[in-house]
Amino acid sequence: MASEPDVDQPDPVLEIVGVCKQFTGVHALRDVSMTLRAGQVHALIGENGAGKSTLIKVATGAYTADSGEIRLNGRLVTFGSPLAAQHAGISTIYQEINLVPLMSVARNLYLNREPRRFGLIDSAAMKRDARRVLREFGVDVNPGRPLRELGLGAQQMVAIARAVQLDAQVVIMDEPTSSLERREVETLFGVIERLRDHGIAIIYVSHRLDELFRICDRVTVMRDGRVVHESAMSAVDRLRLVSLMLGRDMAEVTRLGSTAFSADREIQDAPVLRATALTSRRGLAEVSVDVRPGEVVGLGGLLGAGRSETVRAIVGALKTESGSVEIDGATVRRNSTPAAIKAGVVLLPEDRKSEGIIPNLSVRENIVLAALPRISWAGLLNRSKQDEIVDYFIKRLQIKASSPDQQVSELSGGNQQKVMLARSLCLNPKVLLLDEPTRGIDVGAKAEVQAVIDELAKDGLAVVLISSELEELIEGSARVVVLKDGHVVGELRGDDVTEDALMSALAAAPTSAGLVDD
Amino acid sequence: MTDVARRREAPDKDRVLTLLQDYGVYAAVVLLVAIDTAVGSNFLSVSNLRVQIFAAVPILIVALGMALVIGTEGIDLSVGAVIALAAAVIPLYLGYGVWVSIAIALAAGAVSGVIAGGLVAFGRVQPIVATLALMIGLRGFAVILNGATAKTVTNSTVVNLGVGDLLGVPQMAWVAAVLVAVVAFLVHRTTFGRQLRAVGDNRAASALAGLPVRRVLIIVYVVSGVFAAIAGILIVGYGGYADPANYGLNYELSAITAVVVGGTPLTGGKVRVLGTVAGAVFMQLISATLIQHNIKASYEQIVEAAIIIGAVYAARGRAGR
Repeated sequence: MASEPDVDQPDPVLEIVGVCKQFTGVHALRDVSMTLRAGQVHALIGENGAGKSTLIKVATGAYTADSGEIRLNGRLVTFGSPLAAQHAGISTIYQEINLVPLMSVARNLYLNREPRRFGLIDSAAMKRDARRVLREFGVDVNPGRPLRELGLGAQQMVAIARAVQLDAQVVIMDEPTSSLERREVETLFGVIERLRDHGIAIIYVSHRLDELFRICDRVTVMRDGRVVHESAMSAVDRLRLVSLMLGRDMAEVTRLGSTAFSADREIQDAPVLRATALTSRRGLAEVSVDVRPGEVVGLGGLLGAGRSETVRAIVGALKTESGSVEIDGATVRRNSTPAAIKAGVVLLPEDRKSEGIIPNLSVRENIVLAALPRISWAGLLNRSKQDEIVDYFIKRLQIKASSPDQQVSELSGGNQQKVMLARSLCLNPKVLLLDEPTRGIDVGAKAEVQAVIDELAKDGLAVVLISSELEELIEGSARVVVLKDGHVVGELRGDDVTEDALMSALAAAPTSAGLVDD
Repeated sequence: MTDVARRREAPDKDRVLTLLQDYGVYAAVVLLVAIDTAVGSNFLSVSNLRVQIFAAVPILIVALGMALVIGTEGIDLSVGAVIALAAAVIPLYLGYGVWVSIAIALAAGAVSGVIAGGLVAFGRVQPIVATLALMIGLRGFAVILNGATAKTVTNSTVVNLGVGDLLGVPQMAWVAAVLVAVVAFLVHRTTFGRQLRAVGDNRAASALAGLPVRRVLIIVYVVSGVFAAIAGILIVGYGGYADPANYGLNYELSAITAVVVGGTPLTGGKVRVLGTVAGAVFMQLISATLIQHNIKASYEQIVEAAIIIGAVYAARGRAGR
């Protein structure tokens, strides 16, 4: 994967030259240049707000640059719209999949360019072709099925297959692996290598540094709207990339490490949370988890193993048919989130956008939302008490908002996540359930969130952690409960909490008989 | 960057739309009053103002309840039928005393709200479907209760609520003023108001945060039902008879119009109480202005349609950002 010396580069496909873009006084892009060459995978990285998204939007016609040029195959181009860019051969795969969930896989793949016969859509041919194309991308499904029935990973493959089918010369991938599980990531990498072999140029945006080193040939680092570094991927190391992105010096990054978890915490003996034999028609078979004060218990498993379902069942958001949840020995009423919260269990949900933030409410309103009845008398809002709590958490979690009155949807992902964390913490929980607490947030915010989790555990909070990043899961957890197909299939303790041990536990776990029958 | 960036894109259009949405309806009311005063000599006369109040208040009261429902991303089509139901109940129970009959009319509105809210909260029925069923069923029920012909109502308390004064101002206006204050207080000063907006903005997130989602939903439909019943009682008093077959027809649509024109988005998460008041007043003024100039009712409807589209466009322009 080492790239050739710079003199011997393939032809440039897409050249972005000296692009500037301002939004009423804010320089989103300042004199940004980037050259994409045929058959190269080019990493584009930077913290949230560095200008990556704006650059992509300029390159794909969603925004018009204030100045600068875009050249495709040497010709000056201006795209009036993303559609025009797509027709010219620039396809974008977004984090959120832009397909039609209710339509079949085949229809999605051929949307707007269906094979026709006698003027009508030739369904048979479409399905046949779709199956063949998708096999190449490692997706073996019945193309007649509605897209939404596929896993997220498979849906993404359909999106990529569609992009490539459109004769793309440039494919832009924005955090393509954020919702994929490990196996799917491997498939994606296979696909990317095939695209590269076909001479397609790829812009690869990701927060996951490991991936960049595996798959990318070149790297461009952005910070504050400028390009601060451009080189072959092999010419930089991980530490240097992080320091470039953050604009901090290397020593500081070394000291902080790649995650912000510390090794030792004091764990008490008696569990505060005891979830026993949770069974749900939708995906859990007798799952039991205990957590002690001061302990972080990781839930390991692949996508669909039942990790999210487990924490949702504990907090009463997933209906369970049997099983019990005890907090400090007292049984919590099943299937009631208010009861679980009252008992001291709070969930930070995986999907921040659809289940976390209340977008039109302010930062203040979002933070105190759940605790409101506790700090109010007779249902009347108490402004000074709210302010007290909000000020405390804004400082403690370093939430960056223009004011507590700012609408939460205007914040960056990392700050939104901190608002969510603040909402959970002002309930004074005994048990905190964290489902992918650092997904899709930038490196700096991630380290801050991890440090907060660490501190909370030190203060005696019991934490359940779900993370699809092995590194985070392993370094953060004192113990890992391994799930597969809704069953607990193992547990890693002490020195066994390593990435290798987890992976072999996942691989070795006997295939269960499947979900409970009923 | 994108969040900030997107918001700053095309600031002028954004700002104009924001201003239009926030203050447009008030400006429109002032403008219409100015035009009517300038053109017609008697617009500000006491008798004309009274006419406008009598016409605007029942819709305004219904719209207040509707605004709460819409704030939860719901809709209540049953309000017109609840008006009919309340109208049917009044003469039926007047024999037990006027306050008893009023209480039963209000209770009927509350029960209708419990049914609608229950279907929405527990049955997960879409609000439009649940209240559409009630809209049809309750109207029939009201006509059965009353019989086919309208009944005269002469009870002085009821009639005074409709046409009488208190301190020189129609009693109806006092009722409306109190209800506006109550709703404004609920929305802005109570935990309930905060929870209502949260549920309307993101129901799944509200549930995960442990909010009493079902309770909030049921309460807003109950408030809407009770407010519609109040409007029904006022209409009976104003008319001097109860006519469930014809009372409250299309009130659900007028109320929704007032709410939307007042700047409350149909997508939930926000309730504009004073805006709703202005919306109801504005729609009444439009109608009065056009009548004053002898413009046919059919043209009036076209104008109203244009206003609704304009209001929704202004709301969308901002929501899309």
